[in-house]
Amino acid sequence: MDRVPIIKVGKYLLASIPPDVQDSVAIALQEDLGARIVASRARLVLVDISALQIVDSFIGRMIGDISGMARLLDAEVTVVGMQPAVAMTLVELGLTLAGVRTALNVEAALAMAGIRDHA
Amino acid sequence: MTLSPYVTPIPVLAAHRDTILERWIAEQKREGIARPDLLSDADLGRECSEFMSALFAGLNSDSVDPSGPGWEQMRASLRGITLSRGRLGFGPSETMRFVLTLKEPLFSSLDELERTQHIQAVLEINRLVDRLGLMTSEIYQQGREEIIQRQQQEMLELSTPVVKLWDGILALALIGTLDSERTQVVMETLLQAIVETGSTIAIIDITGVPTVDTKVAQHLIQTVSAARLMGADCLISGIRPQIAQTIIHLGITLPDVVTKATLADAFITALGRIGQHVVVKRSDQER
Amino acid sequence: MTVVLRSSDDVVVLRQRVREVAVRLSLSLLDQTKVVTAASELGRNAVNYAGGGEATIAGCDQGGRKGVVITFVDHGPGIPNIDEAMRPGFSTGGGLGLGLSGTRRLVDEFEIKSEVGRGTSVRIVQWK
Repeated sequence: MDRVPIIKVGKYLLASIPPDVQDSVAIALQEDLGARIVASRARLVLVDISALQIVDSFIGRMIGDISGMARLLDAEVTVVGMQPAVAMTLVELGLTLAGVRTALNVEAALAMAGIRDHA
Repeated sequence: MTLSPYVTPIPVLAAHRDTILERWIAEQKREGIARPDLLSDADLGRECSEFMSALFAGLNSDSVDPSGPGWEQMRASLRGITLSRGRLGFGPSETMRFVLTLKEPLFSSLDELERTQHIQAVLEINRLVDRLGLMTSEIYQQGREEIIQRQQQEMLELSTPVVKLWDGILALALIGTLDSERTQVVMETLLQAIVETGSTIAIIDITGVPTVDTKVAQHLIQTVSAARLMGADCLISGIRPQIAQTIIHLGITLPDVVTKATLADAFITALGRIGQHVVVKRSDQER
Repeated sequence: MTVVLRSSDDVVVLRQRVREVAVRLSLSLLDQTKVVTAASELGRNAVNYAGGGEATIAGCDQGGRKGVVITFVDHGPGIPNIDEAMRPGFSTGGGLGLGLSGTRRLVDEFEIKSEVGRGTSVRIVQWK
């Protein structure tokens, strides 16, 4: 089974969700992220969804769960790269992804978190 | 004399196939629809041969209905020929006549049939070729419609220019009445520009929009919500008193959306959000 | 074409097939996204609540109007109260609560038939 790679960049973790991700892989990502957050003591996790062409209720729930879990582990999650068509569809569905922070890209996410130097 | 049941005289037609083809091409030239200025002799010959093959394939199926099974090859050929002729500059009636001029050569080849067979064959072929001719007209129409739709789409996109006011700040000036379809294109264009430029603030200026109804307001709200989901935000400017009244009157609430009377005000607000301020420079005389 | 839905991996295939048909019919990117999302939701419903099912995808081109038609059929427990299930906010999954009402908003046509003990069928159409 392919697992989603989690990269540590300076003080933050980055996971890029691949298109057509299978449920089992998504669930494994949640577990892996939990472990990595604790192991690396990262305070910021970026979840890159720029490759996702759709976000259905399962993915939406996964994003919400990852956010909640990270917060419990004293880290903050920012979702980056949401595609316009996805955003418009979520709006039509009435899904607000409340409690989930979003940013246009990695740079914006870092700026939001007050991290200027991501070396 | 017993009358044998009628069957499409395919063997007769097949035997005369080459003659039919020759006569058909000659007929087109005689009627002036061969258009050597648009189509070379060789290409015309190829088109006619292709059509004939498709015709025989269809005749050899059990049906004389060109819109049904067995005639897929003909429909595909017809579509290809009609659209390519359209692109080359043939008018729709020229292409229809291209098909219809095949009648005479086909009829001539049936001369050797016995009388009642002859009459039925002519009727059947007449009907078939008429239908094929009509199909070219339908295909042509549809092709034109697709072109028009594409042009409309392009015009819609061109008429919603998104301007970068500053690093991270975009502006979109809406002009004219907004219908549902146009608003959707507008939304998509703006959101796409937000992603491409990485701008966190988009100002939607509606000074040039004469009326705002519930639907338009809904679309605007949806645009703002979508932008926020993506990690950006929108300000709306250019709300004139009449529009403000209409919005209240219609009972529309713009939840959490910052609105400004002018684009300039919105711009200053946007700058403030990204940590920039406008400073009035003192002139050199006041020291 | 028909996609058998037995597990969530089949829903991934379903999404790809629907996307292919939508692209072939030149639906706008937004309409493509909406119909694929709706299909994904309905496919998941079949897998999660009905023990599996089948989705039939067709491209429709009638009188100049193009559209994607998808029919979902399952032989699961059925929905006892369709009106209730279609109410906004109703959800049995304890998840985000998209529900059927959310899915219905995404597509142009939405028809649902269900019989307790027999199963459910849902037909959606997204026009260009």
